[in-house]
Amino acid sequence: MPSPLLQAPAPAEAAATAMARHRHDPFELLQVLREVQEACGWIPPEAIDCIQARLALPRAKILGVATFYSFLHIKPCGRYRILFSDNITDRMLGSAALMDRMCRALWVERGKVSEDALVSVDTTSCTGLCDQGPALLVNGLAVGRLGERRVDDICELVRGKVPLGEWPAEFFRVEDNIRRRDVLLGASWRPGEALAAALARGPEALVEEMKASKLRGRGGAGFPAGLKWQACREAPGKTRYLVGNADEGEPGNFKDRVLLASSPDAVFEGMTLGAYATGARRGFLYLRGEYRFLLDRLEAVLARRRAAGLLGEAILGRKGFDFDVAIHVGAGAYVCGEESALIESLEGKRGTPRNRPPYPVTNGYLGQPTVVNNVETFAASCLVALKGGAWYAGLGTPESTGTKLVCVSGDCDRPGIYEYPFGVEVRQVLADCGARLTQAVQVSGPSGACVPAAEFGRRLAFEDLPTAGALMAFNAQRDMFEVARNFVHFFAHESCGFCTPCRVGTSLLTNMMDKLANGHGSPYDFAEIERMNLLLQNMSHCGLGHSACNPVLGTIAKFRPAYERRLAHEAFEPAFDLDRALASARQMTGRDDPAAHVQPEMDETA
Amino acid sequence: MSATFTLDGRTIPFTEGQTILQAAVAAGAYIPHLCFHPDFKPHGSCKVCTVKVGGRHAASCTARAAAGAVVESDTPEMNAERRALVQMLFVEGNHFCPSCEKSGDCKLQATAYDLGVVSPHFDHFYPDRPVDASHPDVLLDFNRCILCSLCVRASRDVDRKNVFALAGRGIRTRLIANSRTGRLADTDFSHADKAAHVCPVGVILHKRRGFDTPIGKRVFDLKPISARADSTAEIAAVEADGS
Repeated sequence: MPSPLLQAPAPAEAAATAMARHRHDPFELLQVLREVQEACGWIPPEAIDCIQARLALPRAKILGVATFYSFLHIKPCGRYRILFSDNITDRMLGSAALMDRMCRALWVERGKVSEDALVSVDTTSCTGLCDQGPALLVNGLAVGRLGERRVDDICELVRGKVPLGEWPAEFFRVEDNIRRRDVLLGASWRPGEALAAALARGPEALVEEMKASKLRGRGGAGFPAGLKWQACREAPGKTRYLVGNADEGEPGNFKDRVLLASSPDAVFEGMTLGAYATGARRGFLYLRGEYRFLLDRLEAVLARRRAAGLLGEAILGRKGFDFDVAIHVGAGAYVCGEESALIESLEGKRGTPRNRPPYPVTNGYLGQPTVVNNVETFAASCLVALKGGAWYAGLGTPESTGTKLVCVSGDCDRPGIYEYPFGVEVRQVLADCGARLTQAVQVSGPSGACVPAAEFGRRLAFEDLPTAGALMAFNAQRDMFEVARNFVHFFAHESCGFCTPCRVGTSLLTNMMDKLANGHGSPYDFAEIERMNLLLQNMSHCGLGHSACNPVLGTIAKFRPAYERRLAHEAFEPAFDLDRALASARQMTGRDDPAAHVQPEMDETA
Repeated sequence: MSATFTLDGRTIPFTEGQTILQAAVAAGAYIPHLCFHPDFKPHGSCKVCTVKVGGRHAASCTARAAAGAVVESDTPEMNAERRALVQMLFVEGNHFCPSCEKSGDCKLQATAYDLGVVSPHFDHFYPDRPVDASHPDVLLDFNRCILCSLCVRASRDVDRKNVFALAGRGIRTRLIANSRTGRLADTDFSHADKAAHVCPVGVILHKRRGFDTPIGKRVFDLKPISARADSTAEIAAVEADGS
């Protein structure tokens, strides 16, 4: 558990400890910074001095990395750093009011540190607790099921300066909420069984079984895993690497969390299968920073597997079959879910997506052939090893074989994880989770598709509605414009800033959507939004920019009246609002009386 | 006989491994660009050089040239999209061309003129970006930074100094200097560095020679950027001249 910060260590000491733990490897810079942040509550300049000297890295590079990730701070941000999850599902459960309540109780302004340097309160992108929201992170640890009572309790604990380790354990309890099991979550096999089956077949045969299974990548893109493994196996290179992608930053997704909590052995065994098939000797699990609470448990599983001969040297007694996994913890950057940005991040850099080609499978970690698969893909590969590719290919649909973990949240009675064979109709999912009067679902998160009620007969499958897993339900009361606006804010917050269209365009799009929300919209702005969407789609560097317009394009196509209601004016109006601009002056003078407001001009025709 | 592709109907030869823009520059053909410099590995961040290859958008600085490819660049559609990108760069920073001492030698300004930009179009962000005048020979005016990373690359790859880096994320991305104070004076930067001579806009300014070449006689005052096949080299020559 992160330091309760009663007695933070000296910065130099924290840096030395972190660097030693990472063998003074400059490629481990992000992990070093993350551990200093955890120990000190921020990254003090003295710590950077030590890292700069010992790892022989330019200071500007260290700062460039430290300022890229949301959870790293080069300025003090309070002994308690509280971040409310800002996904639309949290908002629908009342997170905004709860955050206001906390800010008032703690006498702190959102986004600022309290005067006594005790606490800061802000928002963060979806923390992956959509099935038990509203949620927050306190010093990086997840707390779910917030209500007024729990918020008040947290305020008391903060004011009393109670160390996190002494907070009620109940606050930090994260439920798995598995509502439907199929072959993956329902399987019962002993750790090592899938590996033994693979060893009996040999690596070439394992790749053939994977290809026969037609197992496709579960991160949403759907690339055939067997082909990826084969390409990596055959790529020229000194050494090979394997990465389990558990950086599920897509709002509404939380299956990696549940998979790693409930079936970590399947994930690690699948990675070991991948290592056997490709010849990789080192693997990484990229765990998103929001799932820091899983780290100690996962390290324990790795230790157990090493002791059982399932990791390390001569796995299952097979001479020359050496493989181990290190867990790399992210620090708040959605873009690192993109595989080339993820590799940059693993190398201790800013998470900027690379120019592709070349692809990671030939030029990945340290320029070597690297397989990056979603952790669910790896877990599913165990079933292929155990039961054969033909058996697996018989599940789901011909083009989307097997099963999928679907993360249900939003307006329904039973949010949680539902494992279905591919091809399940949206309607079926909604019936199973107890969703009523649903007007739309967002499939696969903001970068996915907005599906209105008329299309609930569509199927979750790569050939119809491809998905990374998220399915957020919105009932008839919800305003689909606000849903899209929330998603647009998300993309602007997560843009890496590398390319012009995404860096500037996502922020411009945010301002345009806010302008509509503030009642200054006209048909001109609507046309501008559509133009911006096209520009993002055509000119952006990576998938983040390409899909940043999806929520808007989707809701415009399916819920146009939600936008038209916002076009309050026929002719263009500037976004600038004098009265709103005076808000800070009102705040400074403590006034909010009518004379402190600009009166709208009298309508002369009235 | 080397392989060729066509750029707006014109035949462009290329050698294996060249990108579309590299081949175009070598052949004296103009594709608008800002973050590209022939001396450095293509970066692909400004996206102004985006073209259509076989009907699909691609950044020409990083897209490999392929034999027989049909590349469209100087079309109303592509120029309209580029215009929007250039306008985005203008509203993202604080650009005051009439009072900028780089006026006439600035690639952003020249590209904007060439693309027919007559207004910023979008709402300004008005970021707060203090200048750094600490260095005896060079002034850094971050207001004009377009985050092309050319100085970062030059200092890292040619000068071997790592004087510059990008920090922050998204719309808050910014250029920083490599010192504990963050001041340029406290780095080992020199005005003779390659990094001092690659800025396509007006961030890295050499002190005491801002108006050695009078307005009206500068590189792009004489000829528009599209008429100068190797504008980058010309600016570099002008800069090297005075330093």
